[in-house]
Amino acid sequence: MMKALVTVKESASVADDFRVGDDGIDETYVEYDLNEWDDYAVEAGVQLAEAGVVDEVVAVTIGPERAEETIRKALAKGADRAVRVWNDGLAEQDLLDVSTKASLLAAVADEEDAQIVLSGVQASDDGFGATGVALAERLGYGWAAVVNELNVDADAGEATVHRELEGGLEELLTVALPAVFTIQTGLNEPRYASLRGIRQAQSKEIAPKTPADLGVEDVTSCLKLTETFVPEAESEAEYIEGDAETQAARLADVLRDVGVIAE
Amino acid sequence: MSDGDVLAVAEHRRGELRDVSLELVTAGAALADTAGGDLHVAVVGGDVDAYASKLAVEGVDAVHTVTVGDEFNHDVSVAAVSTLVEDLAPTHLLLPHSVDGMDYAPALSEALDRPIVTDAVSVDVEDSALVVNREMYGSKVETVVTVDDGPFAVTVRPGEFALASGSSDADVVAHDFDVNLDALGSTVEGYEAVEAGDVDITEAEFLISIGRGIDEEENLELIEDLAEVTGGTISASRPIVDNGWLAKGRQVGQSGKTVTPNVYLAIGISGAVQHVAGIKNADMIIAINTDPNAPIFDIADYGIVGDLFNVVPALIEQFD
Repeated sequence: MMKALVTVKESASVADDFRVGDDGIDETYVEYDLNEWDDYAVEAGVQLAEAGVVDEVVAVTIGPERAEETIRKALAKGADRAVRVWNDGLAEQDLLDVSTKASLLAAVADEEDAQIVLSGVQASDDGFGATGVALAERLGYGWAAVVNELNVDADAGEATVHRELEGGLEELLTVALPAVFTIQTGLNEPRYASLRGIRQAQSKEIAPKTPADLGVEDVTSCLKLTETFVPEAESEAEYIEGDAETQAARLADVLRDVGVIAE
Repeated sequence: MSDGDVLAVAEHRRGELRDVSLELVTAGAALADTAGGDLHVAVVGGDVDAYASKLAVEGVDAVHTVTVGDEFNHDVSVAAVSTLVEDLAPTHLLLPHSVDGMDYAPALSEALDRPIVTDAVSVDVEDSALVVNREMYGSKVETVVTVDDGPFAVTVRPGEFALASGSSDADVVAHDFDVNLDALGSTVEGYEAVEAGDVDITEAEFLISIGRGIDEEENLELIEDLAEVTGGTISASRPIVDNGWLAKGRQVGQSGKTVTPNVYLAIGISGAVQHVAGIKNADMIIAINTDPNAPIFDIADYGIVGDLFNVVPALIEQFD
């Protein structure tokens, strides 16, 4: 039977009142969580296991020790075990380039002999949206990006997917396995981890790997993050001030004046 | 070919050249100007001659056509554009950060061994280094990313650059491309439009649109009450539809509907770029959001910084 590999990322989000310092965003305003898109990818993997299409779901992340908290969430939701790739060299990179990420993940996919790789469309923090498809190319696998419906036919060795295009249109695509699918939000309903799942996750394996373990010697990113700033507000909005009642009264006047209220 | 050449790859679907193609030309023309090279444009598949004539606009030096298949297929695009890039050796390869662009650009850059920077809102070159501005954290910050050594691949955010226009006497160069379409790893079987559902939000004059700020499905009742007393039509941003709280036909944005109401009342919507793409043609945008820095205020005509759970009940009372 086939094995599924799910790539997950610890994604950073910033509080509304964040500050940008010389070294980028002040860490005190940053929170980490399982990337939203990867949550759907994990669910897709677990559903494939429940349907008997794959017999194991392995989660892989590139991230520091802190990221184990995130990868435990994937384990609590039903992934069987995990691999975490990290070393000091990776810690030094501001913004890891797509090719380095793809080479690390490809080495893990090779080691695991994963026939189905599930990846989120993009990460909510850097929004690159490129790792999954680059990974497919590196592995010599088929792929489909921005998938919002996934049906795997293991016997036929292929998957039929819907790709979510712009403007409410979907493309129907058949892809030969092995393949990488980048998963769009809305593909499924990610489950909440059960208490039992959370307990079980504590004893599941998270295997640490270094790039050297995976045969990748140089992880120096070709991307340099040279500036981070808050874009100038372009707002020309008229702000309606006051308490909620005052704001509502003024807003009601605006809506009546425009003539969109059916009274 | 001289250093500094730019190759921009156009995009089409179901017989139409997509706008992002001419936006790439605008970005590419400026880049070629700075980098001191020529601007080449490529189009792969479909009615390439018709597309080529539309792409021969001001700033374009040559249009390359590759006749293969009718519609986009990522395997075809990777193979065809790789061949063109080997032939033309452009310093800069510009691709769309569209759904199809996301389906082939990363594989192409990987195959060509070019560093890729995606979703650029600006692209420039300084001392032969690539300089790209791109947003992070859902448009909360902008970053500058540089890459020292080319050649480069960059994907450009749709809707960020103006459409190129005018005309040029660009050469149209037809390229032979031999590919066995039956032996590809993927096959496009067709297209399917998302069902409109019970209401056509593109026809509505007053849209009351809700986003993540609504928190729980049961809070939708509050918005239904507002729609009831005002006669507005309910629409939503992506997360609400992803959660299954409203039908897909109610979704506004890049992957949903483009709407043109007289008033678009955005409640608890932060205004991610994909959402904003769907409301640019609204006559008036009013935003209610707790976060004063939410990008939705950048395009709003009226802004209320406040908690929807206080403002909406008060607004209902105004009409009750």
